[in-house]
Amino acid sequence: MAIQQRFGLSFVAISCLALTACDFNDDDEPAPMPPADVSYSYEVTVYNMTQGQPLSPVGVALHGDGMMWEVGTSASQALEVLAEGGDNSDFTGAEGVMASATGAGPIAPGSSETITVTVINEPDTFISVATMLVNTNDAFAGVTGHGLGELEVNQSMTMILPVLDAGTEANSEAAGTIPGPADGGEGYNAERDDADLVSFHPGVVSADDGLMMSALTSAHRFDNPAVKLSITRVE
Amino acid sequence: MKLKQLTPLMVATGLTAMSGFLQAAELEITVQNLTRGIYFTPILITAHSPDQQLFNVGEAASTELQAMAEGGDIGGLEMAVDALSADTVANPAEGLLMPTAATTTMLSTSDGNTALSIVAMMLPTNDGFIGLNSWMIPEEPGTYTMYLNAYDAGTEANDEIRGGGAPGAPGLPVPPPLEDLVGNGGSGVTSEITNATVHIHPGNLGDNDAEAGMSDISNTVQRWLNPVAMVTVTVSE
Repeated sequence: MAIQQRFGLSFVAISCLALTACDFNDDDEPAPMPPADVSYSYEVTVYNMTQGQPLSPVGVALHGDGMMWEVGTSASQALEVLAEGGDNSDFTGAEGVMASATGAGPIAPGSSETITVTVINEPDTFISVATMLVNTNDAFAGVTGHGLGELEVNQSMTMILPVLDAGTEANSEAAGTIPGPADGGEGYNAERDDADLVSFHPGVVSADDGLMMSALTSAHRFDNPAVKLSITRVE
Repeated sequence: MKLKQLTPLMVATGLTAMSGFLQAAELEITVQNLTRGIYFTPILITAHSPDQQLFNVGEAASTELQAMAEGGDIGGLEMAVDALSADTVANPAEGLLMPTAATTTMLSTSDGNTALSIVAMMLPTNDGFIGLNSWMIPEEPGTYTMYLNAYDAGTEANDEIRGGGAPGAPGLPVPPPLEDLVGNGGSGVTSEITNATVHIHPGNLGDNDAEAGMSDISNTVQRWLNPVAMVTVTVSE
């Protein structure tokens, strides 16, 4: 998955270093020291506000100006893998990602986790964070393409996030199709048998609310918002 | 900026003669349908005087609002706001706005038309609609994003079965693009209106039987959680 980059900051940084290296000459003056590396470090706290939807290990990616998904467009395969099966490796390893981090494990309802991500010499990155609601077919929550350039050290921003539908797997709720503990069924499947457009999620129905074939119960129902996300720049 | 702080005070005290800064504006407005499976019928976007409102939660719907919410007919509302010298764009999507689709339009507002309202019926519902109610258009140029909830006009029982879109006719109107997306043979979820004023829509119930059951609506596709629409307004310099 490519991320569209508007600012080639990484290239600017590389060419400066190259020039510095080429500047070596026979003068008595010492060669100028390359500027010290500057770390930009962010603490990302994800709080699970749902009743009964564990969140898959959170994927955090820093990249240039661009979006890793958009409502109304087809999900990338990396997002599909995350939203259907909770595996964030393709997402955090996507082309254009400058730095990434992953949560240590699932986040239980009512719990939170803080994940640190650090990038060197890149002051103007954009962040994408995503996690699957694991007792669903392909529901996820997150934020994408959020600019961090204005954030000062020790400053933070908080967002409350709705649940999105990757649109890559029909919301059948059927036994065998849901990877979370409610079912233990299949995660990622390359077939796309739904709208193939990212949308807001219509919610799960559950067997208790009239979907007889559903592996879910009222305990797995959710409403918006589902996740509270805080990002603090710590360095 | 001091003028900004003064404006509400001056309006409140009726000093509108001096309100040179209740001024015309150029707006670019995008309405996006955020839902998985709900269609929006023709959208009405109107900038009007802040002392007028298309609807109010807790109050009975006007007959014009009822016609919009039950059948997607914005003609009555359009005539009503035209009579009040509002600046209006009717049906910018030129028909149904599909799930997750967006439509963008320009709106030039006249002096005094500082409140923005947007409505459109949601299909398939009996009398559900998206609503933005008298949002005060900022004087500060910039881009503003709002999320809209689904409202229930309170004028028709949410039976969730096929029917008509004329005001007072029971059931859901089913225009041709939705023909294959709406079921048949439902027995009807309810015949009662439990709140006859405009209120937050309780959501579709639906069922998983396209040929029978209580509802002709699909419970896995045609439900929603709020918000249901995103509105982006760019106020020009």
